[in-house]
Amino acid sequence: MSDKPEEKKPEPAAVPAPAPAAAPAAAPAAAAPAPKPAPPKYVPPTPVFNRANGRLIEDRFTTWPTQVFANRWSRPGFQWGAGMLVGIFLGLGLTGFAIGELSVWAARVYAILGGEPFKKFFLFGPTVVFPVKLAPLAVDAIWTAIKVLIVLHVVLINGLWSIWWERKISAHIQSRVGPTYAGSPSGWNFHGWAQTAIDGIKLLLKEDITPAAADKWVHALAPGLVVAPCIIAFAPVLFGDGMQAANLDIGTLYIFAFAGISVIGVVMAGWASGNKYSLLGGLRGAAQIVSYELPRGFSIVPVLMFAGSLDLQVISNAQAGYWHGVIPRWFIFYPVVGQLAFVIFLIASVAETNRTPFDIPEAESELVSGFHTEYSGMKWSIFFLAEYAYVLLGSFLLATFFLGGGASPINAVPFTLIPSWMWMLGKAMLMMFVFLWIRWTLPRFRVDQLMDFTWKFLLPWSFVNIAIAGLYLAFWLK
Amino acid sequence: MSNMMTAADASTMPELKTDQLFINLGPQHPSTHGVLRIGLTIEGEVIVKAVPDIGYLHRGTEKLAEVRNYHHCVVLTDRWDYVSAMPNNLVFCLAAEKLAGVKTTPRADALRVIMCEMNRIASHLLFFGTYGIDLGAYTPFLYAFREREMVLDLFEMLCGARLTYNYIRLGGVMVDASPEWLKRTGEFIEYFKPRLDEYDTLLTYNPIFMARTKGVGIVTAEEAKSWALSGPNLRGSGVNYDVRKFAPYSGYENYDFDVPVGTDGSCWDRYFCRVSEMRQSVRIIEQAIAKLPAGPFMASGFAKVPKPVPGEAYAHVEASRGDLGIYLASDGGISPFRMHVHAPSFINLAMLQEKLVGMKVSDVIALLGSIDIVLGEVDR
Repeated sequence: MSDKPEEKKPEPAAVPAPAPAAAPAAAPAAAAPAPKPAPPKYVPPTPVFNRANGRLIEDRFTTWPTQVFANRWSRPGFQWGAGMLVGIFLGLGLTGFAIGELSVWAARVYAILGGEPFKKFFLFGPTVVFPVKLAPLAVDAIWTAIKVLIVLHVVLINGLWSIWWERKISAHIQSRVGPTYAGSPSGWNFHGWAQTAIDGIKLLLKEDITPAAADKWVHALAPGLVVAPCIIAFAPVLFGDGMQAANLDIGTLYIFAFAGISVIGVVMAGWASGNKYSLLGGLRGAAQIVSYELPRGFSIVPVLMFAGSLDLQVISNAQAGYWHGVIPRWFIFYPVVGQLAFVIFLIASVAETNRTPFDIPEAESELVSGFHTEYSGMKWSIFFLAEYAYVLLGSFLLATFFLGGGASPINAVPFTLIPSWMWMLGKAMLMMFVFLWIRWTLPRFRVDQLMDFTWKFLLPWSFVNIAIAGLYLAFWLK
Repeated sequence: MSNMMTAADASTMPELKTDQLFINLGPQHPSTHGVLRIGLTIEGEVIVKAVPDIGYLHRGTEKLAEVRNYHHCVVLTDRWDYVSAMPNNLVFCLAAEKLAGVKTTPRADALRVIMCEMNRIASHLLFFGTYGIDLGAYTPFLYAFREREMVLDLFEMLCGARLTYNYIRLGGVMVDASPEWLKRTGEFIEYFKPRLDEYDTLLTYNPIFMARTKGVGIVTAEEAKSWALSGPNLRGSGVNYDVRKFAPYSGYENYDFDVPVGTDGSCWDRYFCRVSEMRQSVRIIEQAIAKLPAGPFMASGFAKVPKPVPGEAYAHVEASRGDLGIYLASDGGISPFRMHVHAPSFINLAMLQEKLVGMKVSDVIALLGSIDIVLGEVDR
C-alpha cells in the first residue's frame, strides 16, 4: 500500500489520481523517500469459548444477545408471554416438586373432610372440626379429584422435564451442548432450562393443520386416544410407599391393560391422516406394540410369583430387607431370573414407547415421521407427551418391579432415612436415563427383525424365566 | 395342526387379496440424499416394482462447458459431486493438461494428492454419518461431522472455500500450502486416526447395524462388472479395481497404500470399504506430507488462455464415489468443443431398479444409502 505512489512516479499524469493527498507528498520525497508508517495489521481477536455453552465469549456478551433480545423482549406481547410462561412453569414446577409432601397433606385433608379434628391453622391454633358435614361419597370425590390432579401434573411436568433432559443428554452424547440460552433473560441461565416451556408455547401458537385428505374427526381424536389411556394407566403407579392414586389389587394388570389401548390411537392416526407413510407407520405400530405386549407381560411373571400379588405396593414391600444385611433383596438381584426379566422388560418397554432401536412406526429415514407425519402444533406435541409419559411409566414400573421400589440400596443410616418417594423418583430417573441412552446409541431394527426378536427370542426366554422362577419357589424360596 | 394355515398358504390364497400401494419416495424425502425420486410399488412391506426418476438437479454443465474457457470450466466441475469437489477439479485439469500439453510440477502433484485424499475422507465421513441416520443411529452423524468440519476448516484455510473449492487449476494448484497448513493437517491426521476406531465401535460392529446391512442388497462381482459399477460399490463386491493403482495419475504410484476389498457385496461390505478407505487415505496423506517436494506449485510456460490443438483427451481418476472420467474434445478454440462426464454416481444408481424388487421398505434406504450417490453428479 505505502509504496504504491513510488511505483507510479514516472508517469504521475497518467494515473487518474490514485490518492490525491499522497501524490504531492510523493514528489518531494523522491530524493529521500519518507517511510510512511504501515497501517496496523488487522489481528483477529483470539476466540475465547465459554465452557458452559460452547459459544464465543465475545459473541455471547457483546453482539447479538443484547441486540436481539433487547428488541424482542421489550415488545409487550412478549412480556405478557413471558409472564404467562413463568406462571405456568412455576405452577407446574411447584406442584411437581411437592408430589411427595402433597400426598401426605392430601391424606390429612381426606381425614379432615371425613370429620377428624384438626388444628385450625394446621400447625397451631385451637383444635376444631371441619364445619360442613360431608357425605362419605363427597369426601371420596374430592379426594379422588385431588389425586387425579396430582397424577395429571406428574404427566405434564414429566413432559417438560424429560424433553429438556433428552435434549441435553442427547447433546452431550453427541458431543454437542444442547439448549443453552432459553430462559437466560430471566437472569438465571441454567442450561437452557426454559427450552421445553418455550417450545410448548410455540407449539400452542402454531397452526393446527388438518390435511384435506384426512378423516377430520378420527384425525382429531387420535392424539387424545393415545394420551388418555396413558394418563389413566398412571392411577396405580407407585410414587413412594403408600403413594398411589388408586390402590388396586390388580394394579399390574390394570396398567398393562390401559397401556395397550394407546395402539388404537396410533392406528387411527395412521389411517386418518390420508397419507401413505402414515398408514405404513400406523400398521407397523400396531404390529409392534401388540407383539411386545406379550414378552412385557410374561417377563414380570417371575416377579409376581415371588411377590405373590399384582398389587404394586405389595410387590414393592416384598423387596424390603437385605441379604446378609448388605445386598438389597430386590428382584433384579435374584440370580439369573431377575436380570433376565429385567432385560426383557426393559427391551419391551423401549419397544412399547416406539423409541430407537424400535422406532419403526415413526422411522424418520423411511416413513418421514410415520403415523404423526400429518400432525402439527399441539396435536403433534400430544403424541410426544404420550411418548414421554410412557417412558416415565416404564421407568416407574422398572423401579417398582426390579429396583425395590422406595427401598434404599444401601443399608446404612443416612440412606435409609431418605423418604421412599425420593428413592423411587431417583430410580425412575435413572431408568429414564437408560431409555435415553439406548435411544441415542443404537440404530434401528427392520420390521421383520423386530418381529423375529420378540417372537423367537424375548418370548421363549421369558417362558424359560418363568420355569426357573418356579424352581426357585419350589426349592429355594419356599 | 393340519387345518392350521401357514403364512405362505395365506399369501397364495386367491380370495385373500392384498392391494398394492404406490409410494412416492422423494424427491422430498429425508433419505434420498438430495432430489432423487423412486416410485415404489409395495405389497405390505415388500417392494414389487421400483422406478428411479432422476433429473431434478440437472444444470447442463456439459453444455455450459462449451461456452467457457478451460479455466472457467473448473468452476463447473465443483458443482457435480459437491461433497467431494477436489477430484472433480483434478480430473478436468488432467484432461485439459493432456489436451494442452501442460506438464505439472511435482509439488503440485503432491498437493493435489493430499487434497483429493482429504476430500475423500470428508466425503466418506458424510457417507458414514448419513448412513447411520438412514439406519436410525443419529449419534455417528454428529461424530462424523465433527471431524469433517476440521477437514473443511483446513480447506478453507488453504483455498478459502469449504464446498466448491476451485483449488486445482490448469497446470498446478491455486495456492501453495504453507508450513502452518501442513502442520495443522498433520495434527488433524493424528487426531483423526483414533477416531476411526471410535467409528468402528459406534457403528461398524454394532449387532443391529450388522443385522441391517450384512446380507442385504447383495451385488455379486459379475453383476457389479456388468453394471459397470465403480469405486467402493465395485470393490465391495470383491473386485479389486482402483484407478489409483491400475492407471496411476498425479504420482499415486509413489505412495504405499492398499485397496480395501469386500467379500460378498452386501451393504455392509460397501460401507466397510469406505471406512477402510479412510484409513488408507490417512496413510497417503501422511506419506505425501512427509515427502512433499519443494518447487513451484504451478507450471509455467503455457498460454494463460489455452487453445489446445484440435484433438481429444480422456482422463479418469478414483473419485470418492468411483471412477470419474472426463472426455474433452477440442476444435482449437478457447473452449472445449465437447465435454462428457463419466459420472460414477449416475452409473452406480442404475442398479437400483433391479435390486430393489423383493426388498423391504427399510432395506430400500439401506441399499440407497450404501450406494452413496450425490444427485449433483447424477444429474450434472
